[in-house]
Amino acid sequence: MDFKDYYEIIGVKKDATQAEIKRAYKKLARKYHPDVSNEADAELRFKELGEAYEALKDPEKRAAYDQLGKNWKAGQDFNPPPDWDAGFEFSGGGFTGSNDADYSDFFESLFGHGFQSGHRQSQGRQRNYQQRGEDHHAKVLIDLEDAYQGATRSITLQAPEIDNNGHVINKQRTLKVKIPKGVKQGQRIRLSGQGSPGMGAAPAGDLYLEVEFKPHGLYRVQGHDVYLDVPVTPWEAALGDSIKVPTPTGIVDLKIAEDTPNGRKMRLKGKGIPATTPGDLYIIIQITLPPAKSDEAKALYKKMQQVTPYNPRSIMGV
Amino acid sequence: MTEKILKGILLDEQSELSLNDLSYACCRSAEWVIELVEEGAIEPVGHKTHGTQKTPWRFSASSLQTAQTAMRLQQDLNINIAGVALVLDLLQKIESLQAELDFYKTNKMD
Repeated sequence: MDFKDYYEIIGVKKDATQAEIKRAYKKLARKYHPDVSNEADAELRFKELGEAYEALKDPEKRAAYDQLGKNWKAGQDFNPPPDWDAGFEFSGGGFTGSNDADYSDFFESLFGHGFQSGHRQSQGRQRNYQQRGEDHHAKVLIDLEDAYQGATRSITLQAPEIDNNGHVINKQRTLKVKIPKGVKQGQRIRLSGQGSPGMGAAPAGDLYLEVEFKPHGLYRVQGHDVYLDVPVTPWEAALGDSIKVPTPTGIVDLKIAEDTPNGRKMRLKGKGIPATTPGDLYIIIQITLPPAKSDEAKALYKKMQQVTPYNPRSIMGV
Repeated sequence: MTEKILKGILLDEQSELSLNDLSYACCRSAEWVIELVEEGAIEPVGHKTHGTQKTPWRFSASSLQTAQTAMRLQQDLNINIAGVALVLDLLQKIESLQAELDFYKTNKMD
């Protein structure tokens, strides 16, 4: 297990006052709160912060940590000396507002995990020491095609669980979940009773799966609508034609009108992600230029220049 | 490993929750949810009055997401309900601006 430098995590010097630690923690907690932050590792940072603050906000724990920290650097392989906490007495009740199961092995090796805090569950729903299990949140990655057809996905979840001896163990479980057709990016699926088991006779928590689309090579998705850039030749755009276009449900024929300008957006109604009101598929025409590599091609461009004089910059007065 | 295929509830525009569902999913009291409604952070749908008889509150799935965010913000950052409501408003504003920005970034011509 690695040694964690809690001062570094909170971003304060080792001799910071309790007030400085609190201010620095509050500032970073707002910055990295997973509901507020866009950073990919926000959740991890936030948890780390909470853990660091938990250790440093209590002068007793901080003193014990300081005593130990003198000989260690962040990231070093760490095993606590057998009697490292001799001489320190922890008065109970220091752990409020936090769920000890979230803390790292490092933290637990120092301060233990025998704290039944469960603050998150305790408000409102606590009766006779029965506690509803914690809700779990996970992401599930799907392909755009899965949203059209529906799919079944296996997801592996890791969750801390308390075994018969009272130890916290990380338990892995695999669930097969049906992804209904018509899901949107960011939409959530609720699986009731698939969260942590409850305490006593209380029911288990729920599992929330957030659906995320894998980036697709061709399509962009916005809500239920799907966008596709389609390259066309200048003659297809100028003369009009019927071209083949891929869609998530198969190839379709698309009629291009005469003199179709670059960037023209064409709507295939109802061909987006299915729903009660299905989304639309938008085709965006992108005229691509054939390179003038051969002499024949050059001659053709020259001829066009002579036959159809055209100044696209006339609107700019040049 | 279980071979059973689980089917969840898709929390989309169609699915609706009761006041009880919502407070249960947030591990909070019904009074807490009512406070959120009074603050305007979430709004019941289909809260129609049939003559003099009121139908019970129903909430959309997006209310669930909002309420759960509110629950976490309140607990983790120690904000009161009015502050949470303000944060939620601002977050929503940022989200829609971000979506617009992303859209224009990927569709330069329009």
